[in-house]
Amino acid sequence: MENITDYYKKERAQEWRAEIRKAVKVKERTSMERTKMPEQEPTVRNKNNLEVNLGLAEEIAVKEAQRCIDCPDPTCVKGCPVNIYIPKFIKKIEIGDFLGAATVLKETNTLPAVCGRVCPQEKQCEANCFYTIKLNKEPVAIGYLERFAADYERNSGKTAIPEVAEPNGIKVASIGSGPAGLAWAADMVKMGYDVTVFEALHEIGGVLKYGIPEFRLPNSIVDFEIDNLKKMGVKFVKNFVVGKTATIDDLRAKGFKAFFVGSGAGLPRFMGIPGENSIGIFSSNEYLTRVNLMNAAKEDYDTPVLLGKNVAVIGGGNTAMDSVRTAKRLGAERAMIIYRRSREEMPARLEEVHHALDEEVEFLNLNNPVEYIADNNGRVKKIRLQRMELGEPDESGRRRPVPIEGSEYEIEVDEVVVAVGVSPNPLIPATVAGLETTKWGTITVNENLQTSVEDIFAGGDIVRGGATVILAMGDGRKAATGMDKYLKEKIKK
Amino acid sequence: MNKIVEKEQFSENVFKLVVEAPEVAVSRKAGHFVIIKLGDKGERIPLTIAGSDPERGTIDLVIQRVGVTSHKLTSLNVGDEITDLVGPLGKATHIENFGTVLAACGGVGTAPMLPIIEAMKKAGNKIITVLAARTKDLIILEEQIRKFSDEVIIMTDDGSYGNKGLVTKGMEDVISREKIDKSIVIGPAIMMKFAALTTKKYNIPTEASLNTIMVDGTGMCGACRITVGGKTKFVCVDGPEFDAHEVDFDEMLMRLAAYKEDEARAYEAYLNN
Ligand SMILES: Cc1cc2nc3c(=O)[nH]c(=O)nc-3n(C[C@H](O)[C@H](O)[C@H](O)COP(=O)(O)OP(=O)(O)OC[C@H]3O[C@@H](n4cnc5c(N)ncnc54)[C@H](O)[C@@H]3O)c2cc1C
Ligand SMILES: Cc1cc2nc3c(=O)[nH]c(=O)nc-3n(C[C@H](O)[C@H](O)[C@H](O)COP(=O)(O)OP(=O)(O)OC[C@H]3O[C@@H](n4cnc5c(N)ncnc54)[C@H](O)[C@@H]3O)c2cc1C
Ligand code: SF4
Ligand code: FES
Repeated sequence: MENITDYYKKERAQEWRAEIRKAVKVKERTSMERTKMPEQEPTVRNKNNLEVNLGLAEEIAVKEAQRCIDCPDPTCVKGCPVNIYIPKFIKKIEIGDFLGAATVLKETNTLPAVCGRVCPQEKQCEANCFYTIKLNKEPVAIGYLERFAADYERNSGKTAIPEVAEPNGIKVASIGSGPAGLAWAADMVKMGYDVTVFEALHEIGGVLKYGIPEFRLPNSIVDFEIDNLKKMGVKFVKNFVVGKTATIDDLRAKGFKAFFVGSGAGLPRFMGIPGENSIGIFSSNEYLTRVNLMNAAKEDYDTPVLLGKNVAVIGGGNTAMDSVRTAKRLGAERAMIIYRRSREEMPARLEEVHHALDEEVEFLNLNNPVEYIADNNGRVKKIRLQRMELGEPDESGRRRPVPIEGSEYEIEVDEVVVAVGVSPNPLIPATVAGLETTKWGTITVNENLQTSVEDIFAGGDIVRGGATVILAMGDGRKAATGMDKYLKEKIKK
Repeated sequence: MNKIVEKEQFSENVFKLVVEAPEVAVSRKAGHFVIIKLGDKGERIPLTIAGSDPERGTIDLVIQRVGVTSHKLTSLNVGDEITDLVGPLGKATHIENFGTVLAACGGVGTAPMLPIIEAMKKAGNKIITVLAARTKDLIILEEQIRKFSDEVIIMTDDGSYGNKGLVTKGMEDVISREKIDKSIVIGPAIMMKFAALTTKKYNIPTEASLNTIMVDGTGMCGACRITVGGKTKFVCVDGPEFDAHEVDFDEMLMRLAAYKEDEARAYEAYLNN
């Protein structure tokens, strides 16, 4: 591939780009304020399940696109884990070519409508925007614009189904249908492979379906992408646990030539403190699965979910924010986050923390549960909390929370959601001989995402531990490239 | 979609369904279970695979009507389809020639016991089975159980069939009579609790197959968690069989009641519809 800087230079020099740059002075561009995302009123939305963010109107998107000064050395791109060519898609929006913008996004991102909604932009592209690093101003709203272009394309009814190469008849399979598996499948089917995606659950989409709630990522958006993959020829097999329903060996015997493991980090962790198995204490996975995947809160669905008046959610990540905001929507009077570090150190997307605050979620930072106390029926009624203070920085660079002796106190709760992290799914490593894993149980891969077993590739959370959608998606694509190379070489031999 | 190819009624509330599930029929072993879901709005419930026919590509399920989903499932007929079925899940039973095995089953626990004694018998064990239920009509699968047992003792709470008394009495009788090398107990949690206490008195290694509440059945949610030997375990992936003397049955009984009211309400609404 040609040098990427040269490519950017050449692209940027194209007439349409040069013209649009001249149309508005840089000074004028940088004096514009960042757009606010229109959203449902906090007191309305915390009682419904509809998407909080409403999306940008066309003229607003164009205006926001004008803020981007089309840097010669676009630092934003370096902040993007899949290096979306950001200024190019933004300038396409500025000239009103919204479908063109979506095409640019899709060159590197299989799921832009999803990533525009769930990526931690404030740590990635937007953190590296010229506005952030040089002007000390609010960055160009790259995430909003990504979402805008992707939604525009989807709603236009003009979504182009990507071209698929002549079928080569080579059977390949993914284990898991999360963002890693979906991205892998898209690239493999485009290259002409006979692609099957196996999924353990009764729904396709992984965390995008069972974890991230409707108010942040509507299922219809994920389904749209899945439908497109089906149109391209990808086969989905639900209710199929690889390693149980059939092993990888069984699948090899059925003619599959290579595998991509995208089985995620779906195992919930608990803290192991007294009383944690009381009724009314859920892992975030259970709570969100009941509500999102099983629709437990809806009248005519069979799955039940306990409802709480005083709900405590333990943790400070996206999963914790999703759980606490779900609790609010299910009628909790008091919904609180309990997190052992300070608010600044919470790993959740900034937007989610803001949204939670607006929705009247309480934050008990620098607090850690040490015990749960149950009533006579075994239902949790109190949490014993210990206050924390910040000590020396730890390996993560964040200041380590240290318990304050003698600071314990109790608060009343009737429901608790534990969102303190997840572990890699052990099933595939446990059922494939010779598959190397790390001491954390993640699968070991080389730079092509190939594992120690040559026909097995892996990516996403099963390799990284709990990470992000964009990284999982990027891995899926990289593994597809690696697998294609592997299979071509093998056939030559 | 999995088609129902046979249906049989064992008692007022207990039914057997033979269901098409070709891959599961081949890969399943004694102790495995499946999760099924009916329709878009259904819930996921676990059911033990009571038997299978790999050639025909079918598995057997024995279901007791206790609530909405088990009722809906047992109201389906031959030719109807189960929307979702996934398995085999859980760990297979550890099969070995122990010597003499005492199998104690209560109620619908007889169904999951069947494949276990079948495998234990084939491994060379002598099998003594205590088959217990509240009353005669609830004794199920007697004939099939006899096929793999050297001796069958029937116990009913009301004495309407076999001997009168609880499962534990039948077990005590056997234990006082001969040396037992291994015991397996399957039934309602309360029955397993007392059966485990019985064998503990005599230091007989005992396995119990636990029927906790489940959602996914793949280790993803923790709904099925229980305490075994002071440690939290997930029944769906670490079990469903555990050392019965280490299981905290009181906690399990408590957790089983989590949705009791919701479920009772839903069932009543369903029956009145
Ligand atoms: C509540 C929640 C909120 C989140 N919010 C964000 C966010 O805002 N932004 C962000 O970037 N990231 C977020 N994340 C993280 C992100 O969702 C994950 O990093 C990402 O989904 C990982 O993708 P994956 O494809 O590796 O795995 P997953 O999405 O976990 O998918 C794995 C799939 O594999 C299936 N599977 C597992 N084992 C087998 C098997 N043996 N056979 C068949 N199928 C199998 C599973 O059932 C599952 O469907 C969030 C996560 C959660 C839980
Ligand atoms: C590994 C495993 C294997 C199982 N195998 C079988 C089987 O082969 N045949 C069979 O009939 N059942 C089996 N069960 C139990 C079965 O899953 C439940 O009976 C079923 O979930 C009830 O669903 P429902 O909607 O009909 O009733 P619900 O409305 O959910 O419950 C109705 C009533 O039954 C009680 N109940 C709910 N779940 C259970 C349970 N797991 N055990 C005992 N009582 C319960 C509730 O407390 C309530 O009072 C198994 C459970 C597990 C975990
Ligand atoms: S760094 Fe900011 S201003 Fe520069 S190209 Fe990227 S988005 Fe535009
Ligand atoms: S049923 Fe969800 S972890 Fe066991």
